[in-house]
Amino acid sequence: MKRTMKRTMKKTHVSTVINGDEIDFLCDPSQTLLDVLRDELQMTGTKEGCGTGDCGACSVTVDGVLVCSCLVLGVEAEGAEIQTVEGMAGPDGDLHPLQRKFVEHVALQCGICTPGLLIAARSLLANNPDPSEQEVRFGLAGNLCRCTGYHNIIKAVLDAAAEMRSA
Amino acid sequence: MATGPSPWVTSFDYEEKDLKVIGKNPADRSDALEKVTGRARFAADYNLPGQLVGCVLRSPHAHARVLSIDTSAAESLPGVKAVVTRDDFPDLQSEVAAAGELMVNYRDVTRNIMAREKVFYDGHAVAAVAATDRRTAKQALKLIRVDYDVLPHVIDVVEAMQPDAPLLHENQFTAGITPKPDRPSNIATQMTSKLGDVVTGFKQADLVIEREFNTKPIHQGYIEPHACVANYTSGGGGSAEVWASTQGHFVFQAQIAKVLQMDISKVRVNPAELGGGFGGKNTVYLEPLAVLLSKKSGAPVKMKMDRNEVLRATGPTSGTNTKVKIGVTKDGKITAAQAELNYQSGAFPGSALALATMTVFTRYDLKNVLVVGHDVTCNRPKVAAYRAPGAPMIAFAVESVMDELAEGLGMDPIDLRLLNAASEGTKTHMGGTLDRIGYVETLEAAKAHEHLKTPLGPNQGRGIATGYWFTLGNETSGTLNISTDGTAAFIYGTVDVAGGSRTVFAQMIAEELGIALDKVRVIQSDTSSLGFNFTTAGSRGTAAGGTVAVKTCRDAIVRMCEIAARIWDVDVEQVSWKDGHAVPAGANVGEFEPLSVADLAKQASWYGGTIAGHAELNVAGGGPGFGAHLVDVEVDRETGAVKVLRYSIIQDAGKAVFPDYVKAQFHGGAVQGIGMALNEEYIYNDKGIMENAGFLDYRIPVASDVPFIDTTIVEVPSPNHPYGVRGIGEVPIIPPLAAISNAIYDAVGVRMRDHPMSPPKVLKALSGT
Ligand code: FES
Ligand code: FES
Repeated sequence: MKRTMKRTMKKTHVSTVINGDEIDFLCDPSQTLLDVLRDELQMTGTKEGCGTGDCGACSVTVDGVLVCSCLVLGVEAEGAEIQTVEGMAGPDGDLHPLQRKFVEHVALQCGICTPGLLIAARSLLANNPDPSEQEVRFGLAGNLCRCTGYHNIIKAVLDAAAEMRSA
Repeated sequence: MATGPSPWVTSFDYEEKDLKVIGKNPADRSDALEKVTGRARFAADYNLPGQLVGCVLRSPHAHARVLSIDTSAAESLPGVKAVVTRDDFPDLQSEVAAAGELMVNYRDVTRNIMAREKVFYDGHAVAAVAATDRRTAKQALKLIRVDYDVLPHVIDVVEAMQPDAPLLHENQFTAGITPKPDRPSNIATQMTSKLGDVVTGFKQADLVIEREFNTKPIHQGYIEPHACVANYTSGGGGSAEVWASTQGHFVFQAQIAKVLQMDISKVRVNPAELGGGFGGKNTVYLEPLAVLLSKKSGAPVKMKMDRNEVLRATGPTSGTNTKVKIGVTKDGKITAAQAELNYQSGAFPGSALALATMTVFTRYDLKNVLVVGHDVTCNRPKVAAYRAPGAPMIAFAVESVMDELAEGLGMDPIDLRLLNAASEGTKTHMGGTLDRIGYVETLEAAKAHEHLKTPLGPNQGRGIATGYWFTLGNETSGTLNISTDGTAAFIYGTVDVAGGSRTVFAQMIAEELGIALDKVRVIQSDTSSLGFNFTTAGSRGTAAGGTVAVKTCRDAIVRMCEIAARIWDVDVEQVSWKDGHAVPAGANVGEFEPLSVADLAKQASWYGGTIAGHAELNVAGGGPGFGAHLVDVEVDRETGAVKVLRYSIIQDAGKAVFPDYVKAQFHGGAVQGIGMALNEEYIYNDKGIMENAGFLDYRIPVASDVPFIDTTIVEVPSPNHPYGVRGIGEVPIIPPLAAISNAIYDAVGVRMRDHPMSPPKVLKALSGT
């Protein structure tokens, strides 16, 4: 067959480790890490609420650092170690204490903000295992939730922190 | 076709009984595990093989005539598979239908999803493209040439009402006025609600206060942008399957079919897990475009909005101008109450005016009321319902005036409300009388609340306000299937808008059937697996959906009693149902061991067939809910910033089926109200372009903006629900505006009547004192 179309854009090959698994993908230079996760890798646990870094629904960690994946380009993830909500529970399905406490405290309603909040909260507790209520509130101020009024989220995070400290 | 309220509605009387499951917090919520692990599938998480990506071209003008649209360059871009514009949609005549708490007119729905003669607001859709990927689709949008004749625009509601205002609809003559006006107007409708005679009423008053209030439009702010996937198949005369972010898949099905002139049964809508709606996902935006793009391209099409599109082209709620006048005797008895409501409806008529007009004063027992309302078109997106649509703004006015009256009379504001509180038998200005309600109990609980004993510091103040909202009934269907092992699956057709429905339905079913909660599975239906279900709106999820869940159980129990009668070889009248078992109806029936659901299910096949229960009902509206909010604020005199220090909610839930979840709804509603009160507003420039179309500038509350919210559930059972349930989702957003305004006054002595009570506004008010 004769090719009539000229290719204008080539994709880049990127190698990463996501939730402990070696994963490679192809992406074009304009795609964000969020687009790659959701559209190329079908890892739809990470959510998009704004695409502009204002809502935190797309929170993931890259090499242990909390980021909005909508503000990171896919190509920037070369060689990086990425963690998403899909990797939070243990290999046998044991929930992370934060996940368990979110369920127990009714810290989610519609649940669209939940993956981002869980990732952000885990990152918060990694840096500060014994936060005050105010520290949790300010630590999670980049994650919007329209349903819960944050009450149960803050309770769940404080409770999970206490449990994780005593573990 | 018959119109008006149907006499053919169903409700069940409340029965007081010992409850095993209802009223206790279940250990688990069926939807929660999926949500905390990222497995729950929201609309944007669905993908079909070979799908294309659809994007929308939107108007950069607030008001313009669309002279021509040239899509040829876009169509010839490699990777572009289909383009649609107004020419692809049939024109529809005026026809009004319900879509949640607001009504829609199909003539306008088709024009709102794709502009025809004119664009009416910044962000109005003018074309849509499907391409192999998003980048190509976006590139194609840039190649579409639209020729606009830009027209003068009007945003503000009061300006839009002026006779010389730029006119949106040349054929719109104010309805509700006789004789018909001879000039068209942006005032689409004038509406009146009346009781007694206010002129006489005001003459009897010793103190009359009249005030004017303004509120800005605000958005529902759900974190999930609208999204859908559509697949059109031309076989069999053409059918479509859609996965959507919707609060009412059956209403979406009807709207898609109408807009595309398809048979309703040929459109199948699957509701995805909903990432928040609050009234904003009751009507279609993208879905018909996606179906049409799929039809034209022959491939599935996925569409999603970005946040900018969500803010510019969907929702919001009305901006309003209201005037409230209330007269009281020196003892505090209200003698007359009057209100004027001017509500923006946006590009097309149909704001929440009717609801607001009906509910302005409904928590008070009044003899003389006059409410006049106007529904006003202006160059903003067509408003959508938002949690108790229309109510927070008018409660802002009414409850602020009540506060001033209490002050003028030297009376406690709760006592003033108690003295005038509506109760069972109160005649309302919306027509009819109230059944048993819990407003008095709610106010009494507020009065006894220890919140009121907390001391306040300098620049701190306390406010109280109350709210009322009804509980919608409407069409609801469900099916219960009992498997041979005695476990139950309930298929529901409302939408679980906030992740509580599945659990409360399971609780009611476990309670009715006497089986364990974890033996009930609750499954969302699509539009083809159940009879019609109206949108989840008007706080009807637990009330109406629950009534149907109960009816399916009672239907199945009839069947189980039949099977027991056959097993025992007795008449069916000789079997009754008790504590989850078929038992002999009396001692003379004979000695039989009670049969559990599991016992019966095991034998059902031989004794006549499987056990199932059905309900296809038009459910009667549930009991109205009332709430009182107490708030302490601190005002920073330097910056004008208002900080919420303490917040308490007292609300009648009728019966809290899942109490922790009820409280969670209270928290969420109140914090939305706090956001509305202190920060949120649409900002337009002088060209009518929205200037804050993103979450950075349209600022909804974040965790550090709010304190813990104290909650008290009052339970005065609704007489019209089998478990006494009242709708609870909407009431909590009603009082915050007024409660906070009253608290600001208490703190610094200024009355805020212009919303939002943001730092610049508060500073300005302070400098005027
Ligand atoms: S989607 Fe990335 S911050 Fe909102
Ligand atoms: S639970 Fe809905 S946005 Fe947070």
